[in-house]
Amino acid sequence: MNTKKEVVAMLLAGGQGSRLYALTKDMAKPAVPFGGKYRLIDFPLSNCTNSGIDTVGVLTQYQPLVLNEYIGNGEPWDLDRMNGGVHVLPPYESNSGASWYEGTANAIYQNISFIERYDPEYVVVLGGDHIYKMDYAKMVDYHKAQKADLTIAVLDVPRSEASRMGIMICDEEMRITEFEEKPAVPRSTLASMGIYVFTWSKLKKYLIENENANTGSKDFGKDIIPSMLNNGERLYAYTFEGYWKDVGTLDSLWDANMDLLAPAEQLNFYDKSWRIYSRHSNLPPQYISETAEIENSMITEGSVIGGKVDFSVIFGGVTIEEGATVQYSVVMPGTVIKAGAVVEYAIVGEDCVIGENAHVGRSPEEFAGESRSNWGIAVTGHRITVSEGKEVAPKQILSESI
Amino acid sequence: MGINQNVLGLVFASIHDEAIFDLTKNRTMGSVPFGGRYRLIDFPLSNFVNSGISQVGVITKSNYGSLLDHVGSGREWDLARKKGGLHLLPPYSHTSSTIYHGKMDALGNVWSFVEHSNADYVVLSDCNIVTNIDFRPAVEAHIAAGADITAVYAKGYYDQSRGTSATIFGIGGDGFVNDVTINPPMTGSCSLGLDMYIMSRDFLRRIVKESISRNRTSLRKDILLDRSAGYKILAYEHKNYYSKIDSLASYFQANLELLDTAKRNAIFAKNAPILTKTKDNAPVHFGLESHIKNSLIADGCIIEGKVENCVLFRGVRIGKGSVVRDSIITQAGVIGERCSIRNVITDKNVLIADERQLTGSVGYPLFIGKGAQI
Repeated sequence: MNTKKEVVAMLLAGGQGSRLYALTKDMAKPAVPFGGKYRLIDFPLSNCTNSGIDTVGVLTQYQPLVLNEYIGNGEPWDLDRMNGGVHVLPPYESNSGASWYEGTANAIYQNISFIERYDPEYVVVLGGDHIYKMDYAKMVDYHKAQKADLTIAVLDVPRSEASRMGIMICDEEMRITEFEEKPAVPRSTLASMGIYVFTWSKLKKYLIENENANTGSKDFGKDIIPSMLNNGERLYAYTFEGYWKDVGTLDSLWDANMDLLAPAEQLNFYDKSWRIYSRHSNLPPQYISETAEIENSMITEGSVIGGKVDFSVIFGGVTIEEGATVQYSVVMPGTVIKAGAVVEYAIVGEDCVIGENAHVGRSPEEFAGESRSNWGIAVTGHRITVSEGKEVAPKQILSESI
Repeated sequence: MGINQNVLGLVFASIHDEAIFDLTKNRTMGSVPFGGRYRLIDFPLSNFVNSGISQVGVITKSNYGSLLDHVGSGREWDLARKKGGLHLLPPYSHTSSTIYHGKMDALGNVWSFVEHSNADYVVLSDCNIVTNIDFRPAVEAHIAAGADITAVYAKGYYDQSRGTSATIFGIGGDGFVNDVTINPPMTGSCSLGLDMYIMSRDFLRRIVKESISRNRTSLRKDILLDRSAGYKILAYEHKNYYSKIDSLASYFQANLELLDTAKRNAIFAKNAPILTKTKDNAPVHFGLESHIKNSLIADGCIIEGKVENCVLFRGVRIGKGSVVRDSIITQAGVIGERCSIRNVITDKNVLIADERQLTGSVGYPLFIGKGAQI
């Protein structure tokens, strides 16, 4: 028998994240490293803990090994609880058969019994691929004050970006009147952040109806939200102000890492009142050698730097040898960059070896005028070796060693 | 002997507190900050755990608040266990116990814990030696030699004029100790005791009970020096790099020696990691005008100035235009802008305002106490 919880969070972590290509070949998107010592899932999990939510279900499906090991008993996020805590919820077989999670709504539907164990009033549904700090408790308070059935967190975005996002059209009380997915001509600039607060009794009803209707998509955006709107349920938008970034693509992942180096730190990692927690590997402090040159970068424990590092985010246990250059790049844990190698405008995955005098990526300055469209960041997947003197071109995504 | 379920580790967290009194004013030797993100007790605890010892007692004396906070349940060392695990043994933890004066005294106070451990062997360690040691071969050597006591030693250098405390062993061709001296009037190379001992529980019980009845308190003076007792003391040589902390100058030196890659790699071995309490600090941010050479830097620092030959602990701030050389800045030290700092040790939470100039010397580093604002 569990104690009742007012709020239970459900974190959708089963997506493949196919637009991250080589980086999600052997791990789920929420397990992708970010910001020097984090993985994407640290942000929603830390937000839960900092918001006072101590019961979190993590729905996993695609390549869950790294993610499962990472979450473990939830202790790094203070989510190892006698009652509640973090629970990894993969698809399972029951007496009515076994099925994979077919859509976001179906994933929650298949875990109704998990949620019911805590008899919650509200369920917070979160994604695992956004970088932001947010107090979900304030959003739940807003949801209660509006007597809402569903509250959707929204961000006021530039009109140019609105046509790539799910857009909410609201009345002056912020009640949502219409919802448009990626409209060609947006009628509003309030974009959904993929963060929902549902009144559980309502959500449960709609999940069951959606399951029985068998729409084929079984998705929050395509099914649940439209049918709630059609039935005149109370849907409200909750405006979020602050740093928020979708890191679903290689470019946005690189951008979000580079944002950390901006002088006006948009996402303050050093704020002790809202820490981002992560699982540590207990490495010694980083060592910066006599030959190193470092400017405007983030570097973390276990790294040994002998080369030049400029405008880069360097993860734990990385070695950058004397004579190597890394600029405008993201280098994930355990990678070795050998002498004479150049890594620029690139993302290098975990445990890679960039051989001597190899060259990964190029500066956009080398691509003037028309050839600019040939430029983009270069990416190597995890556990890749780029042999001595080899080159990884801009825009290239390397998923096998060369 | 893979899993040492029959070995108990005991750490003396408060012995040698007087060696670096500046740093132990409000804490035990075991909770003295070291190497950027560690406390001295992390070394014996990690050495035990890496040697497969999963039951550990930590014997404290006074000022152990920061030690309790640091070791907690022992989870960071994988010692939060139902079977074995970490036990803190403060004074007065048993009805008849008192503040102790020496190791035998302290062991008498906590004997019921040792008795209940059901261990066949006990490994004792202090917190004054920074090293990475595998106790498994030492325990094997102890058993094979049929010794009463095995004393771990290393080839070292002793200079009596420094006024520091040392146990020096004379070792016979059979590997057994044939002479023990404490602080002898000599200067030169010697076999230096590392204050780590291995004994069977039965032998330890015998000498603890005898010590109580004869009012003997010191392991070194009353047991090792007592040649009349005829104890068989095996000398076990520890060949890996170590540093011994017995003064503020040696503390300073031991920290700076971690800048030597070979020494650092000897301490922070990949297969035998030094474990510590983690603090969820963000990565280090190096600013636009930062300039770093030959330094060890823990997470949570924000560096905008020049840093050379330093050990910076967690959460240190170095302001723009400041130059910090040959210094140890412990946790959360803040150095303002345009400062010049050399041969300085700052204790926790020190604040140095803009444009200050502080200089010590290599042999006598300038020490700035906890929470000072300059």
